[in-house]
Amino acid sequence: MPVISVKNLSFSYGTGALKRDALKGVDLEIEKGEIVILTGPSGSGKTTLLTVIGGLRAAFDGSVEVLGQQMIGAEESTRVALRQHIGFIFQQHNLLKSLTSLQNVCMALELRDGLSEYDRQKVAGEMLKSVGLSDFLHKKPDQLSGGQKQRVSVARSLVARPDIILADEPTASLDKQNGQEIVHILKRLAREQGTTILLVTHDYRILDVADRSLLLEDGEITGTPT
Amino acid sequence: MSPVKAFFLASRLAWRQLTHEKANLFAAMLGVLFACVLVFMQLGFKDSLYASIIKLPVAMEGDLFLMHKQTEAIWRTVSFSRQQLKRAFALPEVEKAVPVYIWMAQWKNPDNKTKRTLQLLGYDPDTKLLKGKDIRENKKRLLMQDTLIFDNLSRPEFGPVEKMLSEQRLFTEINDHKVEVVGTFKIGPSFAADGNAITSALNFLRIFPERLPERIDLGVIYLKPGSNILTAQAFLQRRLDEDLNVMTHDEMIAAEMSYWQDNAPVGFIFGFGVVIGLVVGMVIVYQILFTDITNHLNEYATLKALGYPHYYLTFVVFTASLILAIIGFVPGLILSAALYRLSEGVLYIPMPLGLGKILTIFCLILGMCIISGSIAMKKLKSANPADMF
Ligand SMILES: Nc1ncnc2c1ncn2[C@@H]1O[C@H](COP(=O)(O)OP(=O)(O)OP(=O)(O)O)[C@@H](O)[C@H]1O
Ligand SMILES: [Mg+2]
Repeated sequence: MPVISVKNLSFSYGTGALKRDALKGVDLEIEKGEIVILTGPSGSGKTTLLTVIGGLRAAFDGSVEVLGQQMIGAEESTRVALRQHIGFIFQQHNLLKSLTSLQNVCMALELRDGLSEYDRQKVAGEMLKSVGLSDFLHKKPDQLSGGQKQRVSVARSLVARPDIILADEPTASLDKQNGQEIVHILKRLAREQGTTILLVTHDYRILDVADRSLLLEDGEITGTPT
Repeated sequence: MSPVKAFFLASRLAWRQLTHEKANLFAAMLGVLFACVLVFMQLGFKDSLYASIIKLPVAMEGDLFLMHKQTEAIWRTVSFSRQQLKRAFALPEVEKAVPVYIWMAQWKNPDNKTKRTLQLLGYDPDTKLLKGKDIRENKKRLLMQDTLIFDNLSRPEFGPVEKMLSEQRLFTEINDHKVEVVGTFKIGPSFAADGNAITSALNFLRIFPERLPERIDLGVIYLKPGSNILTAQAFLQRRLDEDLNVMTHDEMIAAEMSYWQDNAPVGFIFGFGVVIGLVVGMVIVYQILFTDITNHLNEYATLKALGYPHYYLTFVVFTASLILAIIGFVPGLILSAALYRLSEGVLYIPMPLGLGKILTIFCLILGMCIISGSIAMKKLKSANPADMF
């Protein structure tokens, strides 16, 4: 059974004269453990698709099954519950600036029951180590470089062992080398955990990490990028 | 997540966020501290006002007290006919009825000769009207012409009476009438009277030649042992002039109190001060929390994307308001305690800082912060995780 199964999904912003179709009958299936890259011109609806799949935006047309849960017309509480099984990586790192790297990563674990403070710190520490930040556990975001912040963000998205990672242009604010490194770290860790990844990017240099690439144009999936 | 765990983790996050921005935290602390001190001072003044105001009535002893209905407070009586006391004897239970004269008088400081107004009581010193060993020991001496005893707790502007008295016989003037101070007692000043003195009824009338012996300010009735005070009160209220109030001791104290609480603007002023303090504190705390939420909106949206439910974020704001209440209250309490001591030195009126008052004000401050937090919380609704991409 696919982890993500989208059928004939349509989504529009606004109503009446201001109505704007962002997605027009999108079909998409992603199997467990797959790494899929979604690319396409600006304004084609990539972010919209990602937020609907991740339960961040409510949609009402078509069918979106994520981890066996129907997201179309789902309650807020269902969507909140789903988010706990998804790791998000944003274009900006979006770390909490009052917390250290370790505390930031722990935030993704505090929602999980049955973990003690000690367990959380241990797991988070190991995750930060595997993204190469073992020396920066107790630094706050403004003491870190852009690449380091994005690594913390990757660690935070992976630490709770989510079933799916949704990433929206995670390399956009980084230079080439940092971007490559982060995507490869992400791929390595996702493979270890068997995590499914859907990654939106404009960055053609990282297409090679994907098992499959899709092209979204004007709210429709039109094939694979060339 | 269990609510207890969520509450603990949320308050820890709130603490980390608050302490991250020390300048904001300091501003918030000052805001709460300000509200705290304002409320402490207002309630402190109010309580000590009420406590000082009833000191004289509390010191009195008697079964029933007669006052003119227009008498609002002891320091501003409306006099009534002494005949009424005689008529009280129609009730067989009445054992004794004592007339009391009360008036404000100009006292000349025996040391530096400046004049200042105090409250002079005139009554037959042979009665047990005022409690206190010091008063009763002096009653023989008050029977002599032109003598009085002086309230040792009066404000210092009246002169170092006790000290001078211990050195030699002490004469001074009251309303330009020469008197000898023959002793001291202790009642203390109130907001209406800076000092007190007691003399006999006869001396009182000599000091105030314009006062008619016929017109008295207060009548105190003593019943025979075993009489029922309430039946006697009902009887007298019916039989005596309808312009008179017949009150029990408790009722007289309550009437004195209610004058200051309800009729005099002071009660209102202090209440107003408390409300202003709380409102100002509330606005400051609201401002701080609101800006804090606005600044952290991205972070709250991120937390929502991580799967945190909305109620968890409300816990964060709620506990932040609790933290502000506590860190503002503690220094506020310390500062208020110091200001209480300072005020006592200036006002010569005790300002006790009891546990009850501390708890009451803590609850007020807590309530103030919680209300601010609850209003600021509405801003959380605009934290939308979909906007994060
Ligand atoms: N919050 C919004 N309200 C109204 N319209 C929106 C909103 N977000 C996006 N849109 C519109 O929906 C369409 C799809 O936007 P979306 O952000 O999904 O594009 P995108 O493929 O992510 O673009 P980019 O590559 O520039 O990030 C665009 O035309 C955009 O103008
Ligand atoms: Mg986008």
